[in-house]
Amino acid sequence: MKMPKKHLASTLCAALLGLTTGLTASAAGDAGPTTGRVELPPEIQAMPVVNAELTSPPYVPPAITRDHAARVIVNLEVTEVEGRMADGTTYTFWTYGSTVPGSFIRIREGDVVEFHLNNHPSSKLPHNIDLHAVTGAGGGAASSFTAPGHSSQFTFKALNPGLFVYHCATAPVPMHVSNGMYGLILVEPIGGLPPVDREYYVMQGDFYTQNNYGAPGLQTFDMAKSIDERPTYIVFNGSVGSLVGDNALTAEVGETVRLYFGVGGPNITSSFHVIGEIFDTIYPEAALANPQQNVQTTMVPAGGATVVDFKVDVPGTFILVDHSLSRAFNKGALGMLKVTGESDRVIYSGKEIDSVYLGAQSEAGTTAHKRENELQAKIAAEIKNNPTIANLTKEVQIERGKQVYMQLCFACHMPDGKGLPKVFPGLADSDYLLADNDRAIRVVVKGLTGPIKVNGENFNSAMPAQSQLSDEDVANVVTYILNEWGNDGGSVTVDDVRRVKSESN
Amino acid sequence: MSPQFRLGAPRWSLLGAIVLALTLGGVARGNTAGMTFVSAGVYAPLFTGPEDPDEIPVPSFFIDTQPVTNGDYLTFVQANPQWRRSQVSPIFADESYLKHWAGDLELGRLAPADSPIVHVSWFTARAYARWLGKRLPTTAEWERTAAVGYDGPDGKNDVELSGDIYRWFASPTLAVIPTANNARPNYLGVKGLFGYIWEWVADFSTSMVTGESRGDSGLDRDLFCSAGSVGAKETNDYAAFMRMALRSSLKANNNTSSLGFRCARDAD
Repeated sequence: MKMPKKHLASTLCAALLGLTTGLTASAAGDAGPTTGRVELPPEIQAMPVVNAELTSPPYVPPAITRDHAARVIVNLEVTEVEGRMADGTTYTFWTYGSTVPGSFIRIREGDVVEFHLNNHPSSKLPHNIDLHAVTGAGGGAASSFTAPGHSSQFTFKALNPGLFVYHCATAPVPMHVSNGMYGLILVEPIGGLPPVDREYYVMQGDFYTQNNYGAPGLQTFDMAKSIDERPTYIVFNGSVGSLVGDNALTAEVGETVRLYFGVGGPNITSSFHVIGEIFDTIYPEAALANPQQNVQTTMVPAGGATVVDFKVDVPGTFILVDHSLSRAFNKGALGMLKVTGESDRVIYSGKEIDSVYLGAQSEAGTTAHKRENELQAKIAAEIKNNPTIANLTKEVQIERGKQVYMQLCFACHMPDGKGLPKVFPGLADSDYLLADNDRAIRVVVKGLTGPIKVNGENFNSAMPAQSQLSDEDVANVVTYILNEWGNDGGSVTVDDVRRVKSESN
Repeated sequence: MSPQFRLGAPRWSLLGAIVLALTLGGVARGNTAGMTFVSAGVYAPLFTGPEDPDEIPVPSFFIDTQPVTNGDYLTFVQANPQWRRSQVSPIFADESYLKHWAGDLELGRLAPADSPIVHVSWFTARAYARWLGKRLPTTAEWERTAAVGYDGPDGKNDVELSGDIYRWFASPTLAVIPTANNARPNYLGVKGLFGYIWEWVADFSTSMVTGESRGDSGLDRDLFCSAGSVGAKETNDYAAFMRMALRSSLKANNNTSSLGFRCARDAD
């Protein structure tokens, strides 16, 4: 075998870096001692070559009709993109194929897969892929470790049929997975699965953001919540409402539906259930040789999957949930299957049973929620434009701010706002304070260290950032100090606080 | 304050400066303008084997207070034609070298003169540093510089710093990287370590090792799945893991849209 290019380059680098030759194979980023293109035996080279058709969730590529193995080429692109997490909330997802979960891959037992992982040039990070369908160390992880703007190739043979999770396995792995880097690959058994009328692709994942569920704007990953396994969101297909309303799955009465359901995690196991349906056939843990009948709820581990088949006998909206219900009700783990057609009142007489689980995420809820938000916005605008109410609001802020002040600030700035000479500047009638409301906010949220001059007196000390205060607390306490002790400095709002907080420095 | 992070007055002397000049082989170019002195201390590697010490000593050094900019780099390629985009050998820089520039000697709108340079390889970054009589910082030096907080010598619990780091990951890559001139300096007065670009280090390709090779288990494999945390002491420093992962994904002729560098030099 001639020396592969890649190996040469890495040897060169290693030599230049003064590394021992024992390290060069590893420096090339490949598993084990061998790198470079695999030399396939003639009978495999003779197999037909097909390009895998990939689909975005909730869709699944068509069933495989060929009755022989093939060489399948898979091209998967890694991207880091801002997308919708919930209405008004966005998140920078790391993806396979720009969707969460990533593209669905469908191959057949015995196929030899040539896998290409392409990391988009705009990516900040290296990524890789560990496919649970791969038999081999790392599941492809080491072989597919790819810097931004590069691409990697490796080959594997699909030895075992099943529905397998794939995911990114680059450190820190929980962050890569919780940013959306997972998907499913189906290895059809020889002879295929029993035919059904409709197939869909759904995956559950947990997300960790620094702000609470539903907080507006671009959200930031929260490492502490991730390590403590306290997700902010637990959702199907990457966002709240991804399978609701116009995006709901659909079927017609009398059809059989198959769901390929997986859990990306990184941490939370699912109690997967479809409200108002019983799984006629289920392949527990996606072991395709061992189906069971008539199951209500099935446990799907993080990094695991299941296949469920059921016939829809009556029309209505059937709700997909994680039956650990706080997740469905409070964190987003909810989807819909809308079945249309003739009702059969002997099987079921009417009145849907799912409303109790829907909350604000049902279609009716969504409409009502929107309407309520509009009305709330109108009320807020009215209040803003009404001077009497605005003054009353300010008075409420002052009262609340006083409580914050008397718990926290008084220790240094003194209850009478006069501070301590030479040590802590006073706030009463302070030219420094009253000159700039934004600066006042900034001092509270970011702290202030170093020399300042207040009413002609020099101070040089340090005030820590009061990061334990909520935005509302900050607005209230600043409004309080701007209006107490004879000060007449107007008022600041929660929006002002957020604006100041979002400044880059 | 832990002793190793105490930042006393610079201890180099005239004699030291002469020794420095001699060790650089008489290279008299360059000075320490735009650099800051970092006193001798220790670095705790993220990955260690059972035989390795928990901390390794880091002699004092100078480091640039800001990343090298497009403008700086333009001066370099003007003076060194062999490092221009059209001239460089693919052995030293792959095809995306300086691809955000408008031309060989033209920055263009995607590369403002005062923004950090990106799309440079380890070889080209090292050539730049040598041209100035400097060198690339080691991992230990870079991490030691980045380990301080905004307001104190230990950044481990600096929530504002970690907030800024994670905010960078939470925002999509910008087509034009902003200048780090206005970045908030850390306790050492160094700007732009986080939130703008990644940075090359001299020994990037040793990221996953600390000297001992573990049989046939590939070094990179230690990164993957939970194996990534075997041997790692600070498993909850995700930002450090990401830097390690990036470094070990690179080859020395790679360029990426968010990878630049700054220079260092010996102090004494």
